[in-house]
Amino acid sequence: MYKVRLWSVKQAKLLELFYKGFETVVVRLHPLWKFIGYERIEKPFAVTEKVVKGFLFDCQMCGQCALSSTGMSCPMNCPKNLRNGPCGGVRADGNCEIKPDMACVWVKAWEGSARMSNDNVHVVQFPVNNQLRGRSSWLAVAREKNQAASAALTESGKS
Amino acid sequence: MEQRNVHLSPAELLPILPGHSSPGRFERVLRAGKFAVSTELAPPDSADPAQVYERASIFDGYVDAINATDGSGAHCHMSSVAVCGLLTRAGYSPIMQISCRDKNRIAIQGDILGASAMGVSNILCLSGDGVESGDHPQAKPVFDLDCMSLLNISKNMRDNSSFESGRKLDTAPAVFLGAAANPFAPPQEFRADRLAKKVEAGAQFVQTQYCYDIDVLKNYMHRVRELGLDKKVFILVGVGPLASAKTAEWIRKNVPGVHIPDAVIKRLAGADNQKAEGVNLCIDMIQQASEIEGVHGCHIMAYRQEHAVPEIVERSGILSLRNRRQAPAR
Repeated sequence: MYKVRLWSVKQAKLLELFYKGFETVVVRLHPLWKFIGYERIEKPFAVTEKVVKGFLFDCQMCGQCALSSTGMSCPMNCPKNLRNGPCGGVRADGNCEIKPDMACVWVKAWEGSARMSNDNVHVVQFPVNNQLRGRSSWLAVAREKNQAASAALTESGKS
Repeated sequence: MEQRNVHLSPAELLPILPGHSSPGRFERVLRAGKFAVSTELAPPDSADPAQVYERASIFDGYVDAINATDGSGAHCHMSSVAVCGLLTRAGYSPIMQISCRDKNRIAIQGDILGASAMGVSNILCLSGDGVESGDHPQAKPVFDLDCMSLLNISKNMRDNSSFESGRKLDTAPAVFLGAAANPFAPPQEFRADRLAKKVEAGAQFVQTQYCYDIDVLKNYMHRVRELGLDKKVFILVGVGPLASAKTAEWIRKNVPGVHIPDAVIKRLAGADNQKAEGVNLCIDMIQQASEIEGVHGCHIMAYRQEHAVPEIVERSGILSLRNRRQAPAR
């Protein structure tokens, strides 16, 4: 919902804090996810994520969430799917060139990221991997972080 | 960098100097510290190559490079790859615009290789206008990449000789990479930071949106210098003649991202010959912009007034500026 989406950007600081805690829990529960099987829980996770983030951010389920780098303003709501900043067509009132009644997603992202503790808005984002569309980015983070940690462990074990 | 079979190329290529990326003239002019002039060619709605050459010949002797637009304003025209292929055959130095609106990463990377094989030395990476603003609003917008990831992928092709997939190229495209910048659109305070991101992603030169407000440009350039970007990227300020006060009003209302202050419209409206005043205004803008530290050239977009470009270049005196510019350290 558009109004909720704008509210979320205003609450970027709070949501960032919540998200950090939530991510820690999901990452720590890795053994549980592994025990049940990541593929088996993929669908319920994706559905939950879609409902929750759909309500808060109008999430489009790109599967590689960038909200923490975009001031809690989902870049996939940009009609051009820009993930690295506003295009040159932003209207003088800060609205979208294509949807004149919608505030530019990146004008909002810039406001939201000013409220957040990280500087990720300045980091270049990679192109979207379309194979991940519709999948849970929460689980992806849990899996990636644990894989990275175990890779680091084996690396230090070798040396 | 491995040099391709130059004798097979349809273009007149130069040897790539140390520290240069391309065999093109445009990069040479900029790296020599000269004030560069680029312009824009409107591709024809035609299958006749003569129309491309006619349109390009207007600029003979006045510009360092010619942008070939890629479906600008989401209108269908001859493709930028083809226009560039024709131009290189006749010894021109084109800048191939690539918009992310119409092609995915498979098509775009293929175009970059093909263009480079045809002697195209400069590429401008753009996100592109939305299909809604063009003559085919029913078309499917692609936007598989954005301008930033397009820059990144092009740079990776050139420097690491590989596709985005990691698959290796036999010969890398020797291209000078550019991007667009709009200092005049909101959020203005973020615009220089966005340029920093583009430089990080691979931009070596930028061409700005039309400048009609020198104060906004000065503020932007101040922030650009604070970030040290003027030492990392060549900045060409976009300018263009307005045909009349009425046209200016129309552009302001209907073309997204073009900012025209009231004072400009007033100046045009008050003139006896509005068209001539539009040219005067454009010349003033070039002269004022060229005085700003960190500005390395101008990009003249004279849509439907291409014949005015030689006069603008001549009267602005920018070609005589060339000899007193110092090469930037990089």
